[in-house]
Amino acid sequence: MLDTIEVQNEDFDMSALYNALRHNNTSNGAIVTFTGLVRDFNQGHNVGELFLEHYPAMTKISLTNIVAQARQRWTLGRISVIHRIGRLTQGDQIVFVGVTSAHRKDAFDGAQFIMDFLKAEAPFWKRETTEQGPRWVEANSDDSKALTKWER
Amino acid sequence: MAEKPVIGNEARGTQMINVLFFGQLREQLNTDKLSLDTVSNVKALKIVLAQRGVIWRDILASDSTLVAVNQIISNEETTLCDGDEIAFFPPVTGG
Repeated sequence: MLDTIEVQNEDFDMSALYNALRHNNTSNGAIVTFTGLVRDFNQGHNVGELFLEHYPAMTKISLTNIVAQARQRWTLGRISVIHRIGRLTQGDQIVFVGVTSAHRKDAFDGAQFIMDFLKAEAPFWKRETTEQGPRWVEANSDDSKALTKWER
Repeated sequence: MAEKPVIGNEARGTQMINVLFFGQLREQLNTDKLSLDTVSNVKALKIVLAQRGVIWRDILASDSTLVAVNQIISNEETTLCDGDEIAFFPPVTGG
């Protein structure tokens, strides 16, 4: 099973990604997708632009490991993970996760697991442009707490 | 301290390691990459780097500073070998 894992500057086409998950895939009765967007307000500041830095040699390895862990826990069909880097503005798409499965529960859980681990472990860092100048986005402690629900 | 500018993965095939810094750490330390003599483990590397100044010592001592060895999240006990790539970075904020 080939997973689609991409780290790219370019925007992505949500409907094309959805169709790739669906096309010739009659064994799967569920598709769950998540899309993350740039908000206009974060941590008490109005946000103008966002710059996403990453660790190029590690990013894809990290995402691939997260997807592999999800596959060990649930019976999943196709998986797509797209994460953008570079300069982004309000309303832009940042991240896409799409998971298919025979039934909805595995697809829901798999997609949420991938997003939770991506937020806590994948080596991306956001720098925002605000009215007070550029600032590095601080990590949200809820993101690391979110992993505890997957402990077993 | 033995140190030279790094072009590509210059540490490979020598008794050196490559050390990278990302995000806010890269800016605070004003350094994105170093090539250093190989040391035994991450803890020993932190001791070498802490000699560069107070800001280095503070950042490397912080619980929130993460370390990856050869692109895998690691810890102070992780052993190091010639040619290894070690990265220090702050908590991640993608997604």
